[in-house]
Amino acid sequence: MSALLNGRIWSLILLLAAVIFPFLTENQYYLHILSMAFIWAIAVYGLNLISGYTGYLSLAHAGFFAVGAYSAGLLMVKTGLNFWLALAAAILITAVAGFLIGLVSLRTKEHFFAIYTLCVGYIIYLIIYKWEELTEGVRGLIGIPHPAPLGPFSFETPRSQYYLLLFFLVLVIWMMKRIVHSLVGSTYTAIRNSEELAEAIGINVMKQKLVSFVVSTVLAGLAGALYASFVRFIGPDISYVSITFDMLTYLIVGGIGTLAGPLVGTILIVALTQSLQFLEDFRMLIFGPLLIALIIFYPRGIAGGVSSWLHNRRKETVFAAGMERTVNVKGESQ
Amino acid sequence: MILRTCGLTKKFDGLTAVDQVDFAIEKGTITAVIGPNGAGKSTFFNLISGFLAPTSGEICYNGRDITRLKPYERARLGIGRTFQTTRLFEQATVLENVMIGHRLRTKLGLWDALFKTRRLKREETASREKAHEALAFTGLLPKSDRLVSELSQEEKKRTAIALALATEPEIVFLDEPAAGINPEETEKLAELMKKMVKKGITICLIEHKMQMVMNLADKIMVLNHGKKIAEGTPDEVKHHEEVIRAYLGGGISA
Repeated sequence: MSALLNGRIWSLILLLAAVIFPFLTENQYYLHILSMAFIWAIAVYGLNLISGYTGYLSLAHAGFFAVGAYSAGLLMVKTGLNFWLALAAAILITAVAGFLIGLVSLRTKEHFFAIYTLCVGYIIYLIIYKWEELTEGVRGLIGIPHPAPLGPFSFETPRSQYYLLLFFLVLVIWMMKRIVHSLVGSTYTAIRNSEELAEAIGINVMKQKLVSFVVSTVLAGLAGALYASFVRFIGPDISYVSITFDMLTYLIVGGIGTLAGPLVGTILIVALTQSLQFLEDFRMLIFGPLLIALIIFYPRGIAGGVSSWLHNRRKETVFAAGMERTVNVKGESQ
Repeated sequence: MILRTCGLTKKFDGLTAVDQVDFAIEKGTITAVIGPNGAGKSTFFNLISGFLAPTSGEICYNGRDITRLKPYERARLGIGRTFQTTRLFEQATVLENVMIGHRLRTKLGLWDALFKTRRLKREETASREKAHEALAFTGLLPKSDRLVSELSQEEKKRTAIALALATEPEIVFLDEPAAGINPEETEKLAELMKKMVKKGITICLIEHKMQMVMNLADKIMVLNHGKKIAEGTPDEVKHHEEVIRAYLGGGISA
């Protein structure tokens, strides 16, 4: 109970820090970086659901991110649709794409699934790249409008956009928490653990995997749509495989299959990437060994490492308390 | 008769792993499937639980043809099973592992989790209660908060059985439940099985420990090279000529 309370207190502190952050710095650049990190974190939460909790490593995630981004972008630029309607449409389109692709790809397992989705991601990239009439190809889609005002709120300034993104990120984390801490979430973990056992205890594994996959693509699509109207320019490269691997890096560093992982990993790596900008491509000389060391020593990333450290410490205290009690009882009986 | 197979056959390319097996299991009994290694026992189990589709033949459960049903559909009808390797989630607690066993009796969807509906609360409570019941039945209640990775081999086997019980099965197929367990613990496991039968659950098991099988089973089927070579009470099977030949070698091929 106290651990739960602590967890809640920590999240509140973190949320408060995020809320007052724009007032602490006059530097628009920091605000921009953090806003970008929020967008990526939403996508990484999606990746975490299917790959971390359900055990299916999806490498099509940048593809679905781009489906969301282009759906929203094209609808706004070419048909002049309102941002909020475009956002809803983008989510729907990504969900349908995720459903259809999931229906086929989830028939494969393990590395076959990873390779299959890698190809799907690349095909999405090719479609965006080659279908110039629709997507403007390499020129990219320019002039995507800011989010339309919603009642008294307008989203013209960096600060208001920051809050909009923060709102969506908190919403996504809250959703994930609800899913993961319920019997619905443990169904996904059961599938990750052993698909055969899950099937043997009566779980419709295909259906559950499909739901998990669609939710994960919807989050990628949501992140993509937000990206489109935040950056206001999108090109085919947002669907490129390297973006998927960036997301995967965030997830692994933060902690795959943990609730805090996507947030921790994304903010850390995005911040680190920015502060090591002066090293240009030599940054990889730092990231590479860091990633390898992390996978060897903390396979469940930073969040996983911290939680098992806390678990061990709690066990030790319980053990110590138990010992003390035994000693006391002995003392009393004498 | 709770379950029956008619001419059940499974061919893998050239090999016939299960060959024209006609077999029936009576309700409320313990039936054992024995046979030398590679006799087709596990394939037979996988056919019944739906993990493999038969080449020909059919499986009837409570008078209903279930040959084409998926494994999860069979589980929902009341056919439970365990695996040779327990496959439990080692990093979760015993209770968490067993709770998911009741999932098939719930109607929970994503919305229930997102909006913490009344159904979510109700069905999560029901699952927890069911898990408690299964753990109490298998004598694991004191261990329910332990991680599975901290359990002994025998406790893991019992957890796997508790998980199968949480699905509310009518019949349970146990794949070598006593493998890798010492004689004393084997005795306890046999007691547990008797207790399950008393509760009204039908049991069918694959087992190599002959002493256990002979003491426990009401009926034994012997498979060799995929064929049923004998069927009957332990005494009948023990003295069956072909069974002795299959186990002691020689015979047919020599």
